[in-house]
Amino acid sequence: MDYILLAEQFFNGFQLGIILFLVAAGLTLIFGIMDLVNLAHGTLYMFGAFFAATFVQLTDSLVLGMILTLPAMLIAGLILELSVLRTLYERDHLDQVLATFGLIIFFNELFLIVWGAEGTGINLPPYLSGLITLPGGITVPDYRVVIIISGLLVAVLLYLLVSKTRIGMLIRAGASNREMVGALGINIKLLFTLVFGLGAVLAGFAGMIITPITQAESGMGEGMLILAFVVIVIGGIGSIKGAFIAAILTGLIDTMGRSFIDVALMSFMDSVAAETAGPAISSMLIYILMAVILAIKPSGLFPPKGA
Amino acid sequence: MSIQFLKTPRGIYNSLLILLCVFMPIIAPLIGQEFYTDVVARVMIVTIAAISLNFIMGYGGMISFGHAIFVGIGGYSVGILASHGIESAYIQWPVGILMSGLFALIIGAISLRTRGVYFIMITLAFAQMMYFLSVSVEKYGSDDGLTIDARSDFGLSFFDLNDAMTMYYTAFMLMVGCLYLNFRIVNSRFGRVLRAGKSNNERMATIGYPTFRYKLVAFVIAGMMCGLSGLLSANFEDFVSPDLLFWTFSGELIFMVVLGGMGTIMGPLGGAMIFLFLTEILSNITEAWHLIFGPFLILVVLFARGGVEGFLKKYEDPNG
Amino acid sequence: MADIMLKVENLVKRFGGLVATDSFSMDVIQGEIHAIIGPNGAGKTTLIHQLSGLLNSDSGTIQFDGKEISHLSAPKRCHAGMVRSYQITSIFKDFSVLDNVAMSIQAREGHSFRFWDDAGKDADLSEKAMKILNETSLQDKAGILADNLAHGEQRQLEVAMALATSPKMLLLDEPMAGMGPEESSTVTKFLNSMKVNYTMLLIEHDMDAVFALADRITVLVYGKAIACGTPEEIRSNKEVRAAYLGDG
Repeated sequence: MDYILLAEQFFNGFQLGIILFLVAAGLTLIFGIMDLVNLAHGTLYMFGAFFAATFVQLTDSLVLGMILTLPAMLIAGLILELSVLRTLYERDHLDQVLATFGLIIFFNELFLIVWGAEGTGINLPPYLSGLITLPGGITVPDYRVVIIISGLLVAVLLYLLVSKTRIGMLIRAGASNREMVGALGINIKLLFTLVFGLGAVLAGFAGMIITPITQAESGMGEGMLILAFVVIVIGGIGSIKGAFIAAILTGLIDTMGRSFIDVALMSFMDSVAAETAGPAISSMLIYILMAVILAIKPSGLFPPKGA
Repeated sequence: MSIQFLKTPRGIYNSLLILLCVFMPIIAPLIGQEFYTDVVARVMIVTIAAISLNFIMGYGGMISFGHAIFVGIGGYSVGILASHGIESAYIQWPVGILMSGLFALIIGAISLRTRGVYFIMITLAFAQMMYFLSVSVEKYGSDDGLTIDARSDFGLSFFDLNDAMTMYYTAFMLMVGCLYLNFRIVNSRFGRVLRAGKSNNERMATIGYPTFRYKLVAFVIAGMMCGLSGLLSANFEDFVSPDLLFWTFSGELIFMVVLGGMGTIMGPLGGAMIFLFLTEILSNITEAWHLIFGPFLILVVLFARGGVEGFLKKYEDPNG
Repeated sequence: MADIMLKVENLVKRFGGLVATDSFSMDVIQGEIHAIIGPNGAGKTTLIHQLSGLLNSDSGTIQFDGKEISHLSAPKRCHAGMVRSYQITSIFKDFSVLDNVAMSIQAREGHSFRFWDDAGKDADLSEKAMKILNETSLQDKAGILADNLAHGEQRQLEVAMALATSPKMLLLDEPMAGMGPEESSTVTKFLNSMKVNYTMLLIEHDMDAVFALADRITVLVYGKAIACGTPEEIRSNKEVRAAYLGDG
């Protein structure tokens, strides 16, 4: 096997894992605390991508554009929460699923009309377009390193926020025992709005940071949303730690599977059969992982307490 | 009671739905909208899938967000067998229905171990898995789908699905059969177990019901019924593609069930009829019809929870 | 000694570091009303979940009617003849009163994989359900939606559903919960009248009811049985007074 390729794919998988974590962290918090199944979380990811592309194009600066994206995401998240999602907290999961499905349909169409089917994108400035050569001859694009480092940084900040601050304590309490937060006499509505805003910023950050290497396209959020579902099902709903581990695991398995499964299959079947079965199996790999984990632990790796 | 029922708003509405299905091939040419016959044929085929979803969701409380899986399996069974030259309905149809049932058994056995929102997410994830599978297999068309050269062959001169009317009324008869089957099952002992489980699952366990196996059997029945819908769809469109398995289709099925009235016998037909005609009409008005449709969906959820059936029922009996 | 209906030995349940049920042992003799009392947080709910099979125990044994049942699922324990009621009324709200009871009857009549015949027109099923409603004085409410019953009547239905499974023993989880003194004394009379036919394990907060009904009382504190005896013995037990009854 080609170890340089292996290492590079490891990087790619890790990067996908980081992006997945940013999306899944918000989703799992919003579900854990507000009991809200928000399909439109992928839409927030798409918002991040389009906002970033727009701001970068307007300001002609990658850094400035991205800095502007984050408060814009917060505002967009708050507007969405105050206008539609807030009314859904008291509803059952089916209503939440359908109403947020309606939001997806609306925003995908809206973005399609504004930006067209080809979408838009961000061109990397020259100082980020190069390659870094790591010891052992492994080359990684500069920008992927940026994604991984900034993603990890956000993960650390999130960890500090949740584990070291008062608001984080409330978030943790809410995620494991919803009634308790109400009993503490906290302004629940405000807490919910803030958590939703936080989730929106995290998802938007993920969409923003990935756009320079993909594109901002209408409908880009849903694939990510479903992967994030897989992540939080594996990790356990409401658990940030579970989301992180499951996201990295999912990112690595998905990416490595796509690159190496046909090689692995060739070791025991002929190459034509392996090339046919390879893509099929690799596309199913993370779902099989999910099924196996659920068969063993129905509430995920880190189930919420009391479940 | 049955004659009495026909005079109520709900009775009139339900009769109209059935009459529309029966006479559309005659009405459509008269009003110069011949393609309406095709729309109603699609309505009837999709209704079978919606009945199946309503069976487990409306009566059993299992919110499956991956119901398109089984439509897809039914459809691809026809497509794949046909691509290998096996066109006999006596092979295609049992294979399609049994494969759907088998997948329902496996997916159900895993998903039903979990509850509530996990179930929604897992069924959605499995649907996505099958979607990617269908996209990745080049032999069976991947993204482009599979064109089916000949419809299922029953080997009977007087019963040929290539004949448009035979196809139409086959779909109609099967839809009516599924409506009736659903009606019988939900009122049977099994159906009561299913409905009571939706109402209070834990109590069902403590009065002596192993609820898991009842739910699983219901899920398998639903899977097979949905597979039938897929078989018909493949025959009617002469085509299957990964779109049949795409998650938005699962979402649309849920919406049809809610729109028609969840947990009602005729709800799925009304829901599918309104849904397909609405999208047909809206898409003729503007290309960006999703801009209207998305908010419409949200409004239905927020303000018309019981769907059409619920609305008419309230109208009949303001206290009920 | 009379026949032992239920024998619990060294039952343990831990939640993380918290020991909810701590080597709990007790027995229930056939035909008696055995009450379990204990202050809030004593572990009564955990215990009834363990007994009814909704929670798996970490260790210990539960013998019922001579059989080891601690590894049986909740439905199997019900079929073995031990049925529970709920503190928070747990009925099928969108079913009629008759159909609520019919669900219990249907459960004891073998499997329900019957897909075709209308269960609502099953005369045998309705007849048996009606008989239970007569026993529990709910016969006039048979056709009413369970959700529309008064609170006290829902409590009665709760017990009726348990009775309809033809149990040998009833596990009653606070049958007087949320009742005024008047309703509560009606239920006390009702339970007393059932004593002829059923063994009962009663978990109850209402002390008047417990001392009026119970043949024996077990006192549960922090998951442990600290005392067991007749009402008189419990009343005069120093440890119990200290831990639970105060000095009142």
